[in-house]
Amino acid sequence: MVKIEAIIRDVMVDTVKDELNRIGIAGMTAYEVRGFGHQKGKTTTYRGAEYTADFLNKIKIELVVSDEDAERVVEAIMTTARTGNIGDGKIFVYPISQCIRIRTGESGKTAI
Amino acid sequence: MSEKFRSHFRWVALAAILLVPVVAAMAQGSAPIKIEDVAVAASNAQNAGDTAWMLVCTALVLLMTPGLALFYGGMVRRKNVLGTMMQSVMAMAVISIQWVLIGYSLAFGPSIGGVIGSLKFAGLSGVGIAPNPDYAATIPHLVFMAFQMMFAIITPALIFGSVAERMKFKAFMIFLILWAFMVYDPLAHWVWGVGGWLRTMGALDFAGGLVVHISAGVTALVAALMIGKRRGYPDEPMPPHSLPLTVLGAGLLWFGWFGFNAGSALAANGLAAYAFVNTNTAAAAATLAWVLIEWMHHGKPTVLGAASGAVAGLVAITPAAGFVLPWAAIVIGIAAGGVCYGAVNLRYKLGYDDSLDAFGVHGVGGMLGALLTGVFATKLVNAAGADGLFYGNPIQLWIQLKSVLISVVFCAIASFVLLKITAAVTGGLRLGKLDELEGLDVAEHGENGYNMGDIPLGHGGTAAVSHPSPAPVAAVKAEA
Repeated sequence: MVKIEAIIRDVMVDTVKDELNRIGIAGMTAYEVRGFGHQKGKTTTYRGAEYTADFLNKIKIELVVSDEDAERVVEAIMTTARTGNIGDGKIFVYPISQCIRIRTGESGKTAI
Repeated sequence: MSEKFRSHFRWVALAAILLVPVVAAMAQGSAPIKIEDVAVAASNAQNAGDTAWMLVCTALVLLMTPGLALFYGGMVRRKNVLGTMMQSVMAMAVISIQWVLIGYSLAFGPSIGGVIGSLKFAGLSGVGIAPNPDYAATIPHLVFMAFQMMFAIITPALIFGSVAERMKFKAFMIFLILWAFMVYDPLAHWVWGVGGWLRTMGALDFAGGLVVHISAGVTALVAALMIGKRRGYPDEPMPPHSLPLTVLGAGLLWFGWFGFNAGSALAANGLAAYAFVNTNTAAAAATLAWVLIEWMHHGKPTVLGAASGAVAGLVAITPAAGFVLPWAAIVIGIAAGGVCYGAVNLRYKLGYDDSLDAFGVHGVGGMLGALLTGVFATKLVNAAGADGLFYGNPIQLWIQLKSVLISVVFCAIASFVLLKITAAVTGGLRLGKLDELEGLDVAEHGENGYNMGDIPLGHGGTAAVSHPSPAPVAAVKAEA
């Protein structure tokens, strides 16, 4: 089992979620986060003072999938979240040692 | 009795009952209506209209202080929203009492040498239902006192915009009281009191350009320079945490300002109508000017700019509202929008931290308005005023300039001294470093402005334990 973390543009989250649902992935968690990589911040002005926000709004989605599904999930995220511009985001993949469903107590791959 | 008689009887009885008062009135004979009775009736109607209007205006002006709380509160960072609003609320509480006990008398009591009022009206002695013909002959003296009180409340509340997010609450309270006694009450007396020396000099200030805006603005600048910049200013971004609150506040200020300016006519009459129209017109013109200039200068028109422009226009028209024609209000509004925009931008270049532009908007706007009053005033609008430069009289502009300079110098020196005294009493005007970083709300008031998260914060819900300062033993006993 692996956990896939994808930090994507906040405007892309619906598109990514729809595509993941289409390929049969049932669950995920989304967070509102702020971050930056190579992308420069946005400039806002208040009463003549210009501020450049370093941390930009992004969405992080997390999902735990079986090893077999990992590659097509990453592929799905890549195709839907990419715009080609700096700031598209990153995907991280972690190994998971255990996964448990709280309602039934199942563990392992059946709990995903 | 027959059926016919009974039905007719009902109508006869009804007619008889109705006729009784008519007959009785006629029996009194026709007394001629006296002309004096008509005059008394007419002046009673005038008193009722003026009094009703002035009571409403009094309430409108009070509403401006909570409006200011929203205006300022939205502009500070989230961690300071309550501390900022607390200053407006406490101004309402403290000045309301100070005014009725002594402040009103110092400002509007019989003049001692043109410098200060006597204590004749202290404790509202002699301030009752009968009018005070020195000031407003058609409304109860109590109403005039109450109306002026609302000005005394909002003026100090304006000051603290310049030192937002970093002043100790205790220092604020002490300075508020000292300033009311030593700056507002005397200045109000000089400009508005019968016998007040600036009034005698001929200075025109319809609703408070000198008394309210210049005094608050100059004090704000002195305070900002003495207290110093916020930690992190200007490098760290400190954007407004809730501009919707600010816009709502600006709307309440615009609305309340009708009471502020039109109410300063002290009657429900044509002068109030002029002041009303001038107020709205100047606000609108200034909003447009600020928004357009900002659009050209920075590329995008902002709502904070629109709200600020409106307030700048309202400030500038305040001394002029009952002296100028509406076309002049447009000119004054445009000038205020432009000049105050420049003043606010200049703050960054000059490097001082007038956090919410109390000087940039109220100080500068008030000075501009006071001077332009000397240009555009006309006796066509207010025979008790004067003609300005535009109408061929350069003297009034000179008088206005003198009154502005006197007010500025007095307020600057007085507030410097009072701030020094306050600092000595409280051991410093400013929050400590950690408190300032944590924010006023937590550090000074033990409160959070917003508890909107779902994550439980902790535990509690029992009665608050008192926190006496001495030994831990006492604290343990209290909790036991």
